[in-house]
Amino acid sequence: MRILETALLLVIVVASTSGELCITRAMKVTGEIKDFRLPELVRVFVRALQVGWMWIGLALMGTGFFAMLTLLSMENVSFVVPATALSYSVGAYGGRLFLGERVSPIRWVGVILVCIGVTLVWQGRG
Amino acid sequence: MKSSAGLHLKTYILLLLMVIFGPVGDVLLGKGMKTVGVPGSWSPAELLHFFYRAFTSATVWLGIATLLAYLICYLVVLSWADFSYVQPASSFSYSIVALLGHFLLGESVTLTRWVGIVIICLGVLFVGHTQLRTTEQHS
Repeated sequence: MRILETALLLVIVVASTSGELCITRAMKVTGEIKDFRLPELVRVFVRALQVGWMWIGLALMGTGFFAMLTLLSMENVSFVVPATALSYSVGAYGGRLFLGERVSPIRWVGVILVCIGVTLVWQGRG
Repeated sequence: MKSSAGLHLKTYILLLLMVIFGPVGDVLLGKGMKTVGVPGSWSPAELLHFFYRAFTSATVWLGIATLLAYLICYLVVLSWADFSYVQPASSFSYSIVALLGHFLLGESVTLTRWVGIVIICLGVLFVGHTQLRTTEQHS
């Protein structure tokens, strides 16, 4: 059971993080929303759906969502949601590894804190 | 200046809505999935049946609707604000989810877990403390 939960958590973390990055990229292509009237919002939404990154992002976030539903059927929400904060560590490490981003020392401190926190949340099962 | 103040105000309003919709949606999903139960096995047929049960639960749909509201706020704010600016603002969501889980769903949260959640929130704040762009350096 522990292996299964770990696997589900990994799918949630990796799929959601990469999905969010793809959607961010798509929205930057779409442009800033300045008009909040409904017809304009619908137009922006349709424009966003024409960006390929949006579809890749939605598919990845969908995968993460199904994995999250499965894990939520087994575990408490006060465990599952904080544990998904691991995505920040994956994001920083992935950014360093794949995008060549410089990760500042203070950011690494944050990554380590998140990992310690998730370990405590994992250990502190009620 | 005026438009900058306006931009900040609409950013804060949307971030506040994100911090409310996100945790409430998660808690509704958690409540719904607890009533759906664990999948009996991992065969495709059983998984299909499991997700069918999940998507016929009203609480799950209410959770999805709330998370959709969260996603819309998120998309709107991301169209002008940076990912690294929005991420830390939602760091408080983790403690809100745990509080709602404890008080609304009666989940037992041990002291170790509370300490872990506080450390996660701090860690997320630190991770968010970053420059706008890290791939280029001004000389």
